[in-house]
Amino acid sequence: MFDYDKWNEIYYSLKKNKLRSFLTGFSVGWGIFILIILLGVGEGLQNGVQQKFNSDAINSVWISGGITGMPYQGLKQGRRIKLKNSDYEAVKKQVNVAENVSARLNVWGGSSVIYKGEYASFDLKAVHPKHQFVENVKIIKGRFINQLDIDEYRKTAVIGKVAKEVLFKDEDPIGKNIEINGIVFKIVGVFTDARDSEMKRIYLPISVFQKLFSGNEDIGQISMTADIQNKEDMTALEDNLRQLMASRHHFSVEDKRAIWVWSDFDQYLKVMKLFGGIKSFIWIVGLLTIIAGIVGVSNIMLVVVKERTKEIGIRKALGASPSSIISLIVFESVVITSVAGYLGMLPGIFLLEMVAKYVPNSDFFANPTVSFTLVIIAVSILIFSGIIASYLPARKAALIKPIEALRDDK
Amino acid sequence: MVRLSNIHKYYYTAGEPLHVLKGIDLHIQEGELVSIMGSSGSGKSTLLNILGILDNYDQGEYLLGNIPIKNLSEKQAAIYRNQYIGFVFQSFNLINFKTALENVALPLYYQKISRKKRQIIAQEYLEKLGIADRATHLPNELSGGQKQRVAIARALISNPKIILADEPTGALDSQTSEEVMEIFKDINKQGKTVIIVTHEQEIAEQTSRIIKLKDGLII
Repeated sequence: MFDYDKWNEIYYSLKKNKLRSFLTGFSVGWGIFILIILLGVGEGLQNGVQQKFNSDAINSVWISGGITGMPYQGLKQGRRIKLKNSDYEAVKKQVNVAENVSARLNVWGGSSVIYKGEYASFDLKAVHPKHQFVENVKIIKGRFINQLDIDEYRKTAVIGKVAKEVLFKDEDPIGKNIEINGIVFKIVGVFTDARDSEMKRIYLPISVFQKLFSGNEDIGQISMTADIQNKEDMTALEDNLRQLMASRHHFSVEDKRAIWVWSDFDQYLKVMKLFGGIKSFIWIVGLLTIIAGIVGVSNIMLVVVKERTKEIGIRKALGASPSSIISLIVFESVVITSVAGYLGMLPGIFLLEMVAKYVPNSDFFANPTVSFTLVIIAVSILIFSGIIASYLPARKAALIKPIEALRDDK
Repeated sequence: MVRLSNIHKYYYTAGEPLHVLKGIDLHIQEGELVSIMGSSGSGKSTLLNILGILDNYDQGEYLLGNIPIKNLSEKQAAIYRNQYIGFVFQSFNLINFKTALENVALPLYYQKISRKKRQIIAQEYLEKLGIADRATHLPNELSGGQKQRVAIARALISNPKIILADEPTGALDSQTSEEVMEIFKDINKQGKTVIIVTHEQEIAEQTSRIIKLKDGLII
């Protein structure tokens, strides 16, 4: 396959027609360049949007109390429904598909936090341990709130990365005490989250918060991750939660305003479907571009075969088998497409790397990379297209009759 | 060496099939130097193609040595051509981007002989034909006579059963023609069967037997 004579012939053939070889190669290289750029950009768009979803677990579901919208069993409409600790327990026990269940209480607008005379203001979230999985919180140091903190009312706090940088700079915060609204808490962990704003938070055990700050059993939301795979699962879960709450708080199951149930899951499915569509579209456009290149190469190889008819006739007279003639043409075509494609792929990848490096990530666009798998696929496409491009010309060459090829000068 | 019995050949073009060879019986002994003559349209090119396993025939029998040449696959025909037949053409038919040495070595390439070995053997044949000093030249740097010597070296390199020469002197001046004919005679003296197709009486007279073709039959 890689003997000197074949390379010599390809070299000769390409050298003899520099401009033609360049233009042919360019069409294939351009096709691959476009494909790589398109796929990279598609990936970037998807990464950008996915990053938004990654902020919370994609199968996270939240419920919170609302205001009843219709009278029910003698109760007036306009009643405020308040979720309690017991509702949290009920969901945990009675909703089978709910996996990680937590209650949450929010203090918006910031609470004053003091460490060694440094003042700052952060959002407080009082939660259960499982909340970590609902919010997709990543612990980078120490630990998250645990069940002992809840049971024993330990005044512990887990702070976001941004909060840690503001309060502690380079100091190790684990085990240090901070003062929140005048009460001392011990820091047990530091976390990161996909969104900057969520890294300014401080998580506290919900039992401690209720005891020290709110003084009742009210909770803001119940959050959970659920074992749901599709839209139907999600609908079933929502119905289940509404029924449970309706019976506990005495409102009509039909009353959609009495409690709020929301999840990004539907949205996520829709967006992923959209991206599936966009990706197919990108592939189609890219492949069509490459097909234009293949037709170009095929055309050129036909001309090559035509020009070399006599030479092929001589070779056959000297004992070249049809397969050796075919491999001669196919090999040349594969070399053109592979080299040209490679030369198109490199600037494509380079450009994407530059974009990834110098264009800041946004909510819509992040890390426009091409994966290694994609590169392998692109290479396979190149070799395959080389073979496709040369199929007709090679067959034509193999069918050349030596007599006809050598006849014209008799 | 060559035995043709009742060979018929038709060309199927639009309309009536053209009956080109109408029953050729021909026997050429090993070590003969024969010439085939005939005007254009006599069927001599067709006969040459059949002898050279470049074309097939419709009826009859062709034995080369003891090997029946009939209904061969393209691949098998290529192998037989490579091993048993050495071609010399009027227009030399050298590959113009290969050096003299590479041209001579080409039949051995199709026998999958290593490059190094091919080149050593090719060099020997160039020496035999007295053009060793032209080994690295491309065909367009050679004179007509030199080109034909390269072509003859190429025909000989695979040690074929027969040499088929189609108007080998047609493109050469008379002095060079003489030289080339001397080479063919030399080869013949060394025991090779040589068949020369020509329309020149002078050339034909230098062979030991003249086979004349007219309207698809030997006369």
